[in-house]
Amino acid sequence: MEKNINITLKVWRQKNAREKGRFETYQVKDVSTGSSFLEMMDILNEQLINEGNEPVAFDHDCREGICGMCSLYINGRPHGPDDGVTTCQLHMRKFKDGDTIWIEPWRSAGFPVIKDLIVDRTAFDKIIASGGYVSVNTGGVPDANAIPIPKPDADEAMDAASCIGCGACVAACKNGSAMLFVSAKVSQLALLPQGKVEAARRAKNMVAKMDELGFGNCTNTGACEVECPKGISVAHIARLNREFLKAKVQD
Amino acid sequence: MAKIDARIPEGPVAQKWTNYKKNQKLVNPANKRKLDIIVVGTGLAGAAAAASFGEMGFNVKIFTIQDSPRRAHSIAAQGGINAAKNYPNDGDSVNRLFSDTVKGGDYRAREANVYRLAEVSTSIIDQCVAQGVPFAREYGGLLDNRSFGGAQVSRTFYARGQTGQQLLLGAYQALMRQVNLKTVKLYTRNELVDIVLVDGKARGIISRDLVTGETQRHFGHAVVMATGGYGNTFFLSTNAMGSNGSAAWQAYKKGAMFANPCFAQIHPTCIPVHGEFQSKLTLMSESLRNDGRIWVPAKKEDAEAIRAGKLKPTDIAEENRDYFLERRYPAFGNLVPRDVASRAAKERCDAGFGVGTTGLAVYLDFKESIERLGKDVIEARYGNLFQMYEKIVDDNPYDTPMMIYPAIHYTMGGVWVDYELQTTIPGLFCAGEANFSDHGANRLGASALMQGLADGYFVLPYTVQNYLADDIKTPRMTGDEKEFVETEKAVKDRFEKIRNVNGNRSVDSIHKELGLVMWDFVGMARNKEGLQQAIEKIRAIKKEFWSNVRIPGDKEGMNIELEKANRLADFIEIGELMAIDALNREESCGGHFREEFQTEDGEAMRQDDKFAYVSCWEYKGDGQEPELHKEELKFEDVKLIQRNYK
Repeated sequence: MEKNINITLKVWRQKNAREKGRFETYQVKDVSTGSSFLEMMDILNEQLINEGNEPVAFDHDCREGICGMCSLYINGRPHGPDDGVTTCQLHMRKFKDGDTIWIEPWRSAGFPVIKDLIVDRTAFDKIIASGGYVSVNTGGVPDANAIPIPKPDADEAMDAASCIGCGACVAACKNGSAMLFVSAKVSQLALLPQGKVEAARRAKNMVAKMDELGFGNCTNTGACEVECPKGISVAHIARLNREFLKAKVQD
Repeated sequence: MAKIDARIPEGPVAQKWTNYKKNQKLVNPANKRKLDIIVVGTGLAGAAAAASFGEMGFNVKIFTIQDSPRRAHSIAAQGGINAAKNYPNDGDSVNRLFSDTVKGGDYRAREANVYRLAEVSTSIIDQCVAQGVPFAREYGGLLDNRSFGGAQVSRTFYARGQTGQQLLLGAYQALMRQVNLKTVKLYTRNELVDIVLVDGKARGIISRDLVTGETQRHFGHAVVMATGGYGNTFFLSTNAMGSNGSAAWQAYKKGAMFANPCFAQIHPTCIPVHGEFQSKLTLMSESLRNDGRIWVPAKKEDAEAIRAGKLKPTDIAEENRDYFLERRYPAFGNLVPRDVASRAAKERCDAGFGVGTTGLAVYLDFKESIERLGKDVIEARYGNLFQMYEKIVDDNPYDTPMMIYPAIHYTMGGVWVDYELQTTIPGLFCAGEANFSDHGANRLGASALMQGLADGYFVLPYTVQNYLADDIKTPRMTGDEKEFVETEKAVKDRFEKIRNVNGNRSVDSIHKELGLVMWDFVGMARNKEGLQQAIEKIRAIKKEFWSNVRIPGDKEGMNIELEKANRLADFIEIGELMAIDALNREESCGGHFREEFQTEDGEAMRQDDKFAYVSCWEYKGDGQEPELHKEELKFEDVKLIQRNYK
């Protein structure tokens, strides 16, 4: 059953990208355990505004775990202590009365802080722009059923395509690598006949862009898969490596 | 009424689009390079249009308020996308999809637009498959279909419960390909705050960089708005927190007509409200109604015992359950359209049969499907939705029925557009949920994705080109013209004015107050007296906002409260127009239910002789009554009858 709890928050505050940040301590009282974590943040912000202070800036939008906008490093874990959820799907029933909760932004060279808990993830768009698509224009394509695709392939492609681009994999990785993100797109498209044509070139270009943007290398720690709210498997990294090697051999 | 001309092409409805394309003007490749198009919004319609314009050779600037185009709220659509492919061989056709959509919209949509939508629907699926969208497939390798409300055929294509996500990523990837090719320039965390008119034509926008707080002037030979709906007027809705109606509202204030503002869709299957700090409502896909059965206890005492926590739903014997949709609508059963299902749920709850602690919930039960098909099949179809439900409610829907209740989901109304999707401002186009055009008074499930992509991939690339063909000699403007400078100044003044109120209330607290008025008086059931009250209350809220809102933080840099306040100022005015429109429309149709106009058994009763028109509202200045114009709707191919799902 739902009950109300009191908690202490240690929240990272940083005015902008240039200034130094610090942790601030806040008390939030009588939070229903049925509330979502971000609703708790709303309560904190309402409190701050009523005290005449600036509310905590954090990214969020759909609040149902699909847009990938929310982030937050909560008690040392991307998207917090629950498994298989984004921060917006995390509920306060995962916390106990009297808990202290540490809230930080994603921390990675690839994701500079914009303000408080908001980071800049445009690097992900740049990686997609470097090759994360099938090169077709609008119109002039064959009938949707012209090429049968084995169901297991379509299903596996869908597993990979579930990535929401939140960046938890990068935040979780001690090397700040974006390999899980890149591999999910490479793998999805390589599994489908429509995307197979460009598979090797795509892998090469996306990896090169990832390196250029300051993301680290993959050392197979597997932390990304554990923290991925959508359960994207590191097996996709193996497929990415295969496509990448193919491209290198062709060079 | 010269202002309202839908400019529908000649010929029978099935030939109109062909005739349009045959006669339209084109722009040659060398001239395309000299023409700039601004696209605002990166959802299905915006991303698809911008990608297509870029491929065609135009120069495109695209704007999103999010950090990435992929965050647009199209991403959250779950169930699927309709298309008249007739792959299952169950009797579907373009004509059938057309007539289902007109009927589903309760005969308040424009026939010509709807026919075109149905006509291009099949190309959408082809396009998405070519992009690598991983639609669900059968073991033979061909595409799978499911059923949705308001249809007796299976024409809905889907990618698990994440269809919107996959379609949006397809469009996003096509867009990013053009960004890479430098035909499209992408502006993220950048919001349209006004539209610039030069000699009566849309020639650009003023935007605000949400990171620096600075305003910018952008020129375009044409401007396309694909900025979504205004459902967040109600504060609580299934829309994303950032979804807003401000771009559409700026268009309205600059002279674009606003059509059918009172047509808002209330979705029957959302997770019920739990408390006062609730920030949004979560939708459970309509596709669940394929396999879930909706019921409440047949006996009031059972419902009371459940509300008191003394009984569980699984304790109620089969004969003591009221499957009220199957009872009232045997032909369509649990798959009646959304407005019908929502009202039926409200009727049962109002009569005292509701469940949950508040009594404002009904059950959606999968027990029978799990017994018939096995848990594995249900998990494959809806696993992510069941997981989502469990995370929010802390109940396992495999073991106990889901609880659901209607919530605001989509707005059929929007900026008025003609057949070309052009507003009453020349050069300003509007697509997707932001326009009013295709869904009449009620949208069928899986048709929003269809419309967004139809507009973006297959309509705007033709119609915008037709418009720009007359503009090949118009030189680019620099943004230093007086129209740009003056519009920017007005925007800066507005933001200053909001900051200077310096009152005592947070933006959200005022927004919640607005939302309650909207839900109570302009929600699922409306009446004359209530709507009159609502208008008074909304005007009072407007006064409260402009005298008592508090915006902490600086003018420079990111200021989220200021962004929200600017949008709320518009929501308040949108809410007022919704109430005015609802008051004017003395009939019940689709999502607009006026209690005074219903049949004996509680079904919506249209007044076709008086209201078979699109209400188009013209802005007359702050504090002035808007002026009503009417676009008469002619039904030549679909017969006007009372909708019957029995």
